[in-house]
Amino acid sequence: MSLIKFTNKGIYCEQGRFYIDPWQPVDLAVTTHGHADHVKWGNKAYLCHELTKPILHQRLGTDLVIETLPYNKQIDINGVKLSMFPAGHVIGSAQIRLEYKGEIYVVSGDYKVEFDGISTPFEPVKCHTFVSESTFGLPIYKWQPQDIIFNQIRNWVSDNRDKGKTSVLVAYSLGKAQRLIKNLSDYCEIYVHNSIANLNEGFVKAGVDLPDTIRITPELKKEALQQGIVIVPPAMAEGKWIKTLQQAATGVCSGWMQVRAGRRWRSADAGFALSDHADWPGLLSAIEATEAEKVFVTHGFTATFSKYLNEIGIASEEVKTQYGNEEEEEPTPTTIEAN
Amino acid sequence: MKRFSELIQQLETSNKTNDKIAALVDYFSNADDRDKPYVIAMFTGKKPKRPVNTVLLRSWATELSGIPPWLFQESYSSVGDLSETIALVLPPPEKITDRKLHEWIKDLAALTGKPDEQKKSFILDAWNSLDTPERFIFNKLISGNFRIGVSHKMLVNALAKQSDTDSNKIMHSIMGKWQPEAITYEELIEGAHVNTDNSWPYPFCLAYALEMQPEELGDVNDWQAEWKWDGIRGQIVKRNGELFIWSRGEELVTDQFPELQFLKDELEDGTVLDGEILSIKDGNVQVFSILQQRLNRKTINKSQLNDAPVGFYIYDLLEYETQDVREKTMSERRTLLEEIVSKLQTKDVALLSPIITFNSWAKLAEIRQGSREMNSEGIMLKRKDSLYHSGRKRGDWWKWKINPYTVDTVMIYAQKGSGRRANFYTDYTFAVRDGEKLITVAKAYSGLTDKEIKEVDSFVKRNSLEKFGPVRTVKPELVFEIAFEGIAESKRHKAGLALRFPRILRWRKDKKAEEINTLEDLRQLLNSTLS
Repeated sequence: MSLIKFTNKGIYCEQGRFYIDPWQPVDLAVTTHGHADHVKWGNKAYLCHELTKPILHQRLGTDLVIETLPYNKQIDINGVKLSMFPAGHVIGSAQIRLEYKGEIYVVSGDYKVEFDGISTPFEPVKCHTFVSESTFGLPIYKWQPQDIIFNQIRNWVSDNRDKGKTSVLVAYSLGKAQRLIKNLSDYCEIYVHNSIANLNEGFVKAGVDLPDTIRITPELKKEALQQGIVIVPPAMAEGKWIKTLQQAATGVCSGWMQVRAGRRWRSADAGFALSDHADWPGLLSAIEATEAEKVFVTHGFTATFSKYLNEIGIASEEVKTQYGNEEEEEPTPTTIEAN
Repeated sequence: MKRFSELIQQLETSNKTNDKIAALVDYFSNADDRDKPYVIAMFTGKKPKRPVNTVLLRSWATELSGIPPWLFQESYSSVGDLSETIALVLPPPEKITDRKLHEWIKDLAALTGKPDEQKKSFILDAWNSLDTPERFIFNKLISGNFRIGVSHKMLVNALAKQSDTDSNKIMHSIMGKWQPEAITYEELIEGAHVNTDNSWPYPFCLAYALEMQPEELGDVNDWQAEWKWDGIRGQIVKRNGELFIWSRGEELVTDQFPELQFLKDELEDGTVLDGEILSIKDGNVQVFSILQQRLNRKTINKSQLNDAPVGFYIYDLLEYETQDVREKTMSERRTLLEEIVSKLQTKDVALLSPIITFNSWAKLAEIRQGSREMNSEGIMLKRKDSLYHSGRKRGDWWKWKINPYTVDTVMIYAQKGSGRRANFYTDYTFAVRDGEKLITVAKAYSGLTDKEIKEVDSFVKRNSLEKFGPVRTVKPELVFEIAFEGIAESKRHKAGLALRFPRILRWRKDKKAEEINTLEDLRQLLNSTLS
């Protein structure tokens, strides 16, 4: 009998009577990470990694019942042994390991295998059944090491400065923004949008070593911004505020920027293929390392990736979930002027 | 090639014309002189012969990347561009080469006719020494399809700016016959080759669509009205005993139309005519779908010559007795043109495009209603004192088209787009009702805003019924009004008919799938155009 079921509310563990990343309200939601497509409002209780707690408070409110776990600590829920392992996706992201009568399941949530400088590095976990994402599950997605990408970004910023342009990087407030801050703060001053600043505050309180940034307010001098880097979430990228900057040049940081069509679709001035998801080789190496006999493929290029796994001798099935819309569902940030 | 790769990235990451022109000017100021003519050739669509076909390229790339062919196909569907797909799926390069663009192009040209094994080892070695952006360009050099959002006009403007030369002169120069390996950048800019070249055409004068009331154009006596013919705009050049026929796409199509060869003997040297290539039978212009049977064929058989005889309706005169007469007024040019046509021995093949007489805008509007019966698309309005401009210039020439045909359809298939829209479902197939069934009548991928595309994309993702490779069958629910320019019988289509230039006019959110048109409606329309 399978330890997990894919139901219309989410991934369900019947023996343990809890859901993992459900998209409809349930009693206990085990939460892999804080992106909007993986955690919804309205669950009676949440169980997540300790660094995901401040994110949930930030995004869903303070009147929540939240239990936390550190990585590598095992607890028992209705006879199911549950523990969390780093997924390397964003700060606090966790793979959920379930064990029942010797059967081991791992639900990865979202993950990447490259160390990004700030999230606890991905750790492969041996299991019988692995639930993997496949956001970039096509062989066209092969990331360059992040040092190369950060060099490209620095060159671009320097070029913009010379031309009197303001560098605006577009990045998710959770994950990508902190990664940029960590890796670029030694280069110049970083100005962040409210939604990012709020998350950062939560992280710092929880003990994350995050470099200082400046919250964008209407009082800030546009000339100062022009000398630094401005980071805004995607929902702000085409907003009015950007237009008030001194000749804003926008650079989108996303795995989708790997493909020319992705760059043009976003009508950005530059695209940097910097992703918090595993690329094609990353997905394959991670799956291999689990030594799983069975792999369920959730959001992304599910059909293709799962077909490929079967061809190379790893039994796999695609699963329909509601994950994979982190961008569309990121809460609309408040405008700069409103604060 | 690194410098060229940089240029391509600059051109691709900006959507502002000024930025693109600046990038081009910068490139032509700094790049290797020997590379420049090749870049101009590429941007003006001068395709070198393909040294390696795409089937081979695909199979080598698939082999080298160690993925199954179906996975390559899926990747291609997602990327939307073969050269780019190959560049991305290949393993990272193991070495670095820094060769000039023209060196690569010459080496590629030298591969033509060589055994496949030799081609393969050259291509694989190149792939292994180039980074992803350069590989993409290298692949484009092989396939010759370099469409990068640089229009001829933009390129010409950049070259004019860089070299401080008149843009019309450059337009002439780059449109003529020249080979990148046999000309220097300087020569090309100076137009050293064009005087000796008998074939060079003038840039076409183009019209804007009339979006105001014709009354706003003022006095009717200032305007000449003609039918707007629905064929292939062409330019006929006769110089030094040679005849050339250019299409608007700047292709030489001389040999496709044997009916027009008599002009070689009957036109004076130094004559250039602007007009429309049409199928004219028994004095009547036939619908475009009939002319279409004659296009892009290497050989033409008797029945095609008989069913779709070609003629030329002449609009204008650009060169008269070897003199460029584009600076004369249209009335003056028309007088000269009438003289030329009257001297032709062969009658009824090359004709003056008739002038419509009218004394008020209201009268002209009435005449315009009869456009379809003439197999015309509407009316052209040209100011009598207008010069023959290069390209599009607002104010002197207007096209006053009749409204397109429309049909309400339901979307039944969706496919991801290519290029800019590769990750969204943007290509749709539409059906009309045929009794209980739905029958496909058109495929279209334009006419929606980015916001609507996202909305439809999300509908497709939630309402897919089946998958056939990249195609999704979609619940027949969304109704779209499709506009089209013509309708023709077609044995290849299940519906037995084909729409010409179908595009989405609007998304009819107010209509239900039950309310769409029927196949019978379209059949009736088809019969009315043929009778």
